[in-house]
Amino acid sequence: MRPDLKIIEQWIKPGSHVLDLGCGDGTLLDYLQREKRATGFGLEINQDHITTCMGRGVSVIEQNLDTQGLGNFEDHTFDTVLMTQALQAVRRPDMVLDEMMRVGREGIVTFPNFAYWRLRWYLMRRGRMPESETLPYKWYNTPNIHLCTFKDFEALCYRKGFRILTRTVVDGEHQDRWLSRLWPNMLGQIAIYRITREDS
Amino acid sequence: MHDPLPTDSVGIVTPQTLHFDTPITLACNRTLESYDLVIETYGELNADASNAVLICHALSGHHHAAGYHSKEDRKPGWWDSCIGPGKPIDTNRFFVVSLNNLGGCHGSTGPGSTNPQTGQPYGPDFPVITVRDWVHSQALLADRLGIECWAAVVGGSLGGMQALQWSLDYPDRLRHAVVIASTPRLSAQNIAFNEVARQAITSDREFHDGRYYEYNTLPRRGLMLARMVGHITYLSDASMGEKFGRELRDQAYKFGYDAEFQVESYLRYQGERFSESFDANTYLLMTKALDYFDPAYEHDNDLAKALRGACCEFLVLSFSTDWRFTPARSEELVNAMISARCKVSYAEIDAPWGHDAFLIPTPRYTAIFEAYMDRVAREAGA
Repeated sequence: MRPDLKIIEQWIKPGSHVLDLGCGDGTLLDYLQREKRATGFGLEINQDHITTCMGRGVSVIEQNLDTQGLGNFEDHTFDTVLMTQALQAVRRPDMVLDEMMRVGREGIVTFPNFAYWRLRWYLMRRGRMPESETLPYKWYNTPNIHLCTFKDFEALCYRKGFRILTRTVVDGEHQDRWLSRLWPNMLGQIAIYRITREDS
Repeated sequence: MHDPLPTDSVGIVTPQTLHFDTPITLACNRTLESYDLVIETYGELNADASNAVLICHALSGHHHAAGYHSKEDRKPGWWDSCIGPGKPIDTNRFFVVSLNNLGGCHGSTGPGSTNPQTGQPYGPDFPVITVRDWVHSQALLADRLGIECWAAVVGGSLGGMQALQWSLDYPDRLRHAVVIASTPRLSAQNIAFNEVARQAITSDREFHDGRYYEYNTLPRRGLMLARMVGHITYLSDASMGEKFGRELRDQAYKFGYDAEFQVESYLRYQGERFSESFDANTYLLMTKALDYFDPAYEHDNDLAKALRGACCEFLVLSFSTDWRFTPARSEELVNAMISARCKVSYAEIDAPWGHDAFLIPTPRYTAIFEAYMDRVAREAGA
């Protein structure tokens, strides 16, 4: 399993009801179902991923976050709502976060950090939109339409009154490195945030 | 005609008639003292009877879902594209049962059968049957076949409604329900189309209040019109356009009322053929069963409440151009299932053929169906 999923998995209590936004081929949900007696759904739009999920027994709903939102889920339905590497690709990340916190008690979000020093260096040196292993696209064909930095994300959470329970900073291979913990916004490539509503 | 038969066909199949002489009480509070069900089966039931799949038919369907009745058969069963060796419902792994529902006109007891009390055909005296009644009779059929729990109950359209009803009435007797191109209840527009179809039949001079058997005649014209209306709603504008466009049978307009456009003669041909093989009273009965279907009705119109007792897993599929039972209707069902905490997977298949798309294989439809049924088979140890 991908190292970031391994980290996330530790935060899910046994028997949790989980919603995975952009669940991919269902690896994490499958694992959570088998190892943690978790229940729940994955939302996905990639057709091959949907088929794979169905074949492995992961409940998957074909649903586009941008056009359909999460309106079909009632308030406080899930223990945890997951979104790995998709926040930067949705049309309104702020509204998706609102929805995540409406339907779930806790949210777990991962996204690439645009303030990572290599990207800053790339932009400074070449004056062009950075490309990297974690952002392997051109500016015109990238699915990532709302790139942000760790600081930006945390400012948004603060403004919305979401409490950050944990932040784990990892590198491009999703490994936890002591250096990136030291100065995350400069040295961290990907962060895994666990957030909750201030009032809960 | 088919010599040799296709290798992925279940081959030559023979229907069986099962007689039930324990009375069955129906939703309308009437009782059938005894009745017949005609079934076909494909594949082998395994030792622990865990690999059985029930196929529920749609409005004009019957027991002949796959294979051929003889080598001279021009067409295989109505769902041959999905049932057979190596097909999504793989008969090398599953024991497949399909039946003609009660009230049908292909051998099961229905309006055309002899009423033992009068010695005449039932005709309009045959009780109106509901989806729940069908599911009840199918449960009795399962008992007869020694099937305690279906690996899956599968159906499209009206068949999907039966699969859904199974999950509510016999939650412990199925592990999966596959609901394709269906809806949790008909809309007013759906009911309106059914009413036009019924009016076409009942206003035919040969209908004789449903006692046409005694007059030795058939309301062919009415049944043909009913089928034509239905047929239009099963296709999409695009698929009709692609098939016929505005093509004329002859080169020029004739300024008359004969069938001039190809689509007109196609509809007439389909309607006529249907009126020769289908019973008008059965058509009335089946459309009524469609209209009445509404599992939320008994639960304060709250579908999620109705679904709370269901414990099987669901696969719900819809088709993008289906305007008879739109994807939105399937989503309504899926949302209720989510709310009821059912295990459900859902996909909308992009296909141009309207409601009929559930009978036509497309790569994505086949891939999903295959992946899902493969998993059902693995669970069943098949």
